[in-house]
Amino acid sequence: MEQYFDILIAFFLVVAGLFGFVGSFGLIKLNDQMSRLHAPTKATTLGVGGVLIASILHSAVSEHHLSLHELLITLFLFLTAPITANFIAKVHVHRHQTPETLPPAGEDSTWATFMTEDKDDES
Amino acid sequence: MILTYAIYFAFACFGAGMLMNMWVVITAEGIGDRILALDTMVINTIALIVLYGVNIGSEIFFEAAMIIAMLGFVSTVAYARYLLRGNIIE
Repeated sequence: MEQYFDILIAFFLVVAGLFGFVGSFGLIKLNDQMSRLHAPTKATTLGVGGVLIASILHSAVSEHHLSLHELLITLFLFLTAPITANFIAKVHVHRHQTPETLPPAGEDSTWATFMTEDKDDES
Repeated sequence: MILTYAIYFAFACFGAGMLMNMWVVITAEGIGDRILALDTMVINTIALIVLYGVNIGSEIFFEAAMIIAMLGFVSTVAYARYLLRGNIIE
């Protein structure tokens, strides 16, 4: 029985390692900066999630007590990865684009990073 | 037995990822890539710490991984916000 759990943990570790590697490799490989955002924020987060699942299973099987506090790290990473991705995308828009090169912003007057102070005050 | 090899495989993958992140930090074209590489480096560090805890069968490294996750998020947001607004706490 324990052997099957070892195979399961090994499976999660191998999948996690592959996703972590792909995430870091995509950061070199992809062509423009908005594409490069995809690789680390999605693939690497999944890689860390796999490692944490393997850690939960390992402590449950080999030390015979279920410790779920690894889920805290998973939850924290899954909450914060989109926020950091949003901030880095905003930095890219702020430094490399102008309001003319971007598509129209819909019902708002302009994109948030180009708003000046007095427009902020009006809204 | 199979578990030992799987742990070493994951160590090799995340270590190689960390080296590639360092390469991007050194040779990045813009500042956005550099922030992204540093953020990925933090995530890979968490994975390596948790893997080391699995390897030696200890849970003592959980708090370290948690603190690094929080500090990495805060530092990434602070760096990006400094570039966006020229100021961190307004």
